[in-house]
Amino acid sequence: MTPFKYTRASDAADAVRKGAATGVKFLGGGTNLVDLMRETIERPGELVDVSGLSTEIVETDEGGLRIGAGVRNTALAEHRRVRTAYPMLTRAMVSGASAQIRNMATVGGNLLQRTRCSYFYDEDGSRCNKRVPGEGCDAIEGFHRGHAILGASDACIAVHPSDMCVALAALDAVVHIEGAKGARTVPLVDFHCLPGDRPDIETVLEPGDLITAVELPPMPFAAASTYRKVRDRASYAFALVSVAAAIEIEDGQVRDVRIALGGVAHKPWRATRAEAALRGAPAGETAFAGAAATELAGARPLADNAFKVRLAERTIVSVLCELAGVTA
Amino acid sequence: MSITINGKAVDPPEDPRVSLLDLLRDHLALPGAKMGCNQGACGACTVLVDGERVLSCLTLAAQMEGRSVTTIEGIGSPDVLAPLQQAFVEHDGFQCGYCTPGQICSALAMVEELRRGVPSHVTGDVSSEAIAFSSEELRERMSGNLCRCGAYNGIIDAITATCRETAE
Ligand SMILES: Cc1cc2nc3c(=O)[nH]c(=O)nc-3n(C[C@H](O)[C@H](O)[C@H](O)COP(=O)(O)OP(=O)(O)OC[C@H]3O[C@@H](n4cnc5c(N)ncnc54)[C@H](O)[C@@H]3O)c2cc1C
Ligand code: SF4
Ligand code: FES
Ligand code: FES
Repeated sequence: MTPFKYTRASDAADAVRKGAATGVKFLGGGTNLVDLMRETIERPGELVDVSGLSTEIVETDEGGLRIGAGVRNTALAEHRRVRTAYPMLTRAMVSGASAQIRNMATVGGNLLQRTRCSYFYDEDGSRCNKRVPGEGCDAIEGFHRGHAILGASDACIAVHPSDMCVALAALDAVVHIEGAKGARTVPLVDFHCLPGDRPDIETVLEPGDLITAVELPPMPFAAASTYRKVRDRASYAFALVSVAAAIEIEDGQVRDVRIALGGVAHKPWRATRAEAALRGAPAGETAFAGAAATELAGARPLADNAFKVRLAERTIVSVLCELAGVTA
Repeated sequence: MSITINGKAVDPPEDPRVSLLDLLRDHLALPGAKMGCNQGACGACTVLVDGERVLSCLTLAAQMEGRSVTTIEGIGSPDVLAPLQQAFVEHDGFQCGYCTPGQICSALAMVEELRRGVPSHVTGDVSSEAIAFSSEELRERMSGNLCRCGAYNGIIDAITATCRETAE
């Protein structure tokens, strides 16, 4: 680790003031940042600890929830209203990392966790456009079994590793941000970027921006939602593919639906094409399979991750069948 | 502000690069918590912070100011083993013992999480308040602690024997 200074922010305004200097990084639980600093991939000159700020979950006037950026992953997973009104979020939280890490990790840090691409971590031995823009990407012709099949570029094929963010994308969540120019909000689906030719730019945040909260709008039909994660071992592993979904069925027809995918792209992937294909369709396996195929039609897999295309389609169908109570 | 470690006040290190694990092992001669991977992947460094299980390798000691840390040295002693430690001996919950301090700290907090009703990945109905105590739940909840010797069956037996009553 390169030397740095450690301070704690007393409130959001203090954090934004401190964050305006160059070389400052905010610290949540540290479960990603401390690791990246040890590998000298991140080299901040100062850490401003913001984990003690905004640690509450409150109901909004509209009947949704406002989740403070400092809320720990376990606290979010076990929150009564989250478990009953947005169970897909609880399921996504408890399928990520381990209990120890979830006790430490914050919501703000989870949003900003960086990719687990092994070449990104291998500073001495590999080329990576995310670490050193323009250097090249060793994953494209290398080990890329876990990499992106949707929205990737010639510069980077990494995936966003978060489970939480997949559920947030499906739930129409909004990110609250405070920065030098004041407060603003960004929908979660617009918060992370596709890699394009600048994979080092991962979100729409400006330097020094502080995440203060994530807001969930009310979504009554999300009370019967779920999250399914497919991975190489039964627990404590990142997703190969994951699906967050909620579906509202009336008289056998799909009235409304939310689907988001994890493990397939540089950002949590909201399956808007599949959703559009499903609205008004009969709720059954045929329509689900058609919608899944429509979404994955845009997939551009590489040699070793082509299996993810069918895996994603089948997981979408299986999850929708489970929610609709029909057999796949 | 100081850090409380096994009941004693300790000054945080001057260099903020020192992790909680390094503080314990290298500065305070508390070698119970083990370094396996030093990157969050094995659980050997698990300790309790204000009663919650966390990984000391990914924690900066500076983050612990004002908080209370319990390591395996604060749980039992060679002469007076804690009930869970005794159960690990009786049920062959270890072979080389390297992962054991982490397993025991983790299990003690895990039982509290179960009692509090924290759902897990294998919980059938996450909206339900009470979680059934099952071997499947225990295995999932302990999945953050790896054991290279593969003593998992003994570990689960030891936890089950000691903690069933506490959790229910
Ligand atoms: C072994 C291992 C396995 C894992 N498995 C999974 C998994 O299966 N699924 C999964 O989803 N995740 C997994 N994770 C990742 C884990 O979820 C993240 O490390 C965690 O969510 C990051 O949160 P944190 O609070 O510790 O962030 P930190 O490490 O503290 O920070 C991460 C980033 O966020 C920034 N930041 C933090 N808070 C704010 C804020 N309020 N405003 C602005 N910027 C902020 C920091 O500057 C930093 O850049 C795993 C991690 C490990 C080590
Ligand atoms: S996929 Fe992205 S993160 Fe991985 S080596 Fe290529 S540029 Fe780097
Ligand atoms: S040493 Fe901390 S998790 Fe492996
Ligand atoms: S007993 Fe040897 S690693 Fe677990």
